[in-house]
Amino acid sequence: MKLTVTDLGFSYKNQETLKHVNFSADTRQCVCLLGENGAGKTTLFRCILGLLGGYQGQILIDGADCRHKSVKERARLISYIPQANLPTFNYTVFQTVLMGTNPLMDTFHTPGNKERKLVYEKLELLGITHLAQRGYANLSGGERQLVLIARALVQDSDILIMDEPTANLDYGNQFRIMEKVKKLAGQGYLILLSTHNPEHALLFADQVLVLKEHSIIKSGSPKDVLGSKMIQDIYGIKVELKNISTESGMVPVFVPCLDR
Amino acid sequence: MAGTPEKRGKWFLLLAGILFSVIFVMSFALGKYPVSPGELIHVLWGKLTGAPKDWPDDIELVIFKIRMPRILAGALIGAGLASAGAAYQGLFRNPMVSPDVLGASAGAGFGAALSLLLGLGFAMVSINAFICGLLAVIVAYLISTKVKQNPTLGMVLAGIMISSLFSSGTSYIKLIADPNNTLPLITYWLMGSISSIRVSELKAACIPILFGMLVLFIMRWKMNLVAVGEDEARSMGVNMNFMRVVIVAAATLISSACVSISGMIGWVGLVIPHFSRMAVGNDYRIMLPMSMLMGAGFLMVVDNFARLIATQEIPIGILTAFVGAPFFLYLILKRGDTI
Repeated sequence: MKLTVTDLGFSYKNQETLKHVNFSADTRQCVCLLGENGAGKTTLFRCILGLLGGYQGQILIDGADCRHKSVKERARLISYIPQANLPTFNYTVFQTVLMGTNPLMDTFHTPGNKERKLVYEKLELLGITHLAQRGYANLSGGERQLVLIARALVQDSDILIMDEPTANLDYGNQFRIMEKVKKLAGQGYLILLSTHNPEHALLFADQVLVLKEHSIIKSGSPKDVLGSKMIQDIYGIKVELKNISTESGMVPVFVPCLDR
Repeated sequence: MAGTPEKRGKWFLLLAGILFSVIFVMSFALGKYPVSPGELIHVLWGKLTGAPKDWPDDIELVIFKIRMPRILAGALIGAGLASAGAAYQGLFRNPMVSPDVLGASAGAGFGAALSLLLGLGFAMVSINAFICGLLAVIVAYLISTKVKQNPTLGMVLAGIMISSLFSSGTSYIKLIADPNNTLPLITYWLMGSISSIRVSELKAACIPILFGMLVLFIMRWKMNLVAVGEDEARSMGVNMNFMRVVIVAAATLISSACVSISGMIGWVGLVIPHFSRMAVGNDYRIMLPMSMLMGAGFLMVVDNFARLIATQEIPIGILTAFVGAPFFLYLILKRGDTI
């Protein structure tokens, strides 16, 4: 499955947020979107998810325009993994993941045994079956993120959009989540995620998109896109890109050059 | 208790169903004119099977003419307000929201006060209350559509403003009402009471209330997704614009119809959904029917108190809080973590 965005533009009232955004991505890819706060990352995601209407340009999935798809059709193609915030109502993990089965069912159907099985399959896949009957609000941030991923997988769409999946996670959980994400991409999903950590893009992305001044200024493989010059362009901070030899081979890292 | 929360919820639901039936039958026996359980069952059974009448007239009068309307009204209004409250809380993702959040109650109160001031009959009071209640919500809703970024918050804010507008209107009517006869009538009506409900009113109000409850019941699975949040619900294939209109319309229909026959009975719509969540969790598939049963049972119990406690009937709107608030506080103290 192929996601193509051509000449996308969007304005809130008179304020232009996106213009001439172009990129395309395939399944089996982990695509990282980088950009400073307010660059329009969330707006781009909301356009692709169909949460914002009135955009210019086209969003195509396998060549078919998404603009006129119903919410349900769209939910079968793209799923959304929001940041794992505290919910208003404390649903259990099982109930939360079960919600993902909604687009699979006819309008007035409620989930039955088939849907329950599907939920346990995906919980198993992510290794969180033991959390099934716990309250979602009582979990740690990393566990919550996994639950939301499970919910998106249940939805059975090939494209997953993740809004800063590593925000608010501790150091270890950030890498655990990113490894899971990378693995899912390998299993045939197209994962489009935003991140504030260029090293995550460097380590896990197959494709990097850089959003700046309302459009994508560069895209390509992390090696081609992410140099120290680019980081300075995006974040306004000077860094050096170093390759460090480790037990598992050479690993690229950014080292900030701070005033001493 | 063994099993998953899902299974436990179903047991609780069954239990609530049994409790509801017991309260329902018991309520016929309670009151100033006591009817023994034996007599009661004998009469009810006789009526059901069409057996020849062998009981005194006054028992039949008490059971069917005096008690039945208010028991049915209590069950209907309790279930209606509780389900409307549960629906609003989910839609607005705010557990502090109650059926009157969009101004339905304030609007209905104004409509009723105005009709009483003009000396209209009881039927017209109900109709005007209903119309003004709906009008308040429609105005609040139309204003909220102008709020593009966060339509839900817009709706709550508009509702609060419309409510206060109608409340001041009601206060003004009370100010100019004749303190010797009209004012007490208005005040008493606003306190909420189901003691003087007539069968004809009940018949008229049960159609919108039952219809609204049916709509909410059909939507109960999707309400889970709605309660998670606008963006997430839409990304999981829920048409939020449609859901918002349907839930608001159904819940408003219910609350306006309730207010129009019983006056302002606060509290039930706010707190019964919480009791229900504590008992069976948040899944609307079980939580919504649970709210209906608990609301119905609760209001019937309170109405029993209303007619038993003092020689003069106490308006049920006063008692709901007297009976419910201490119980709710107890629950917060005991199980604060699960709220």
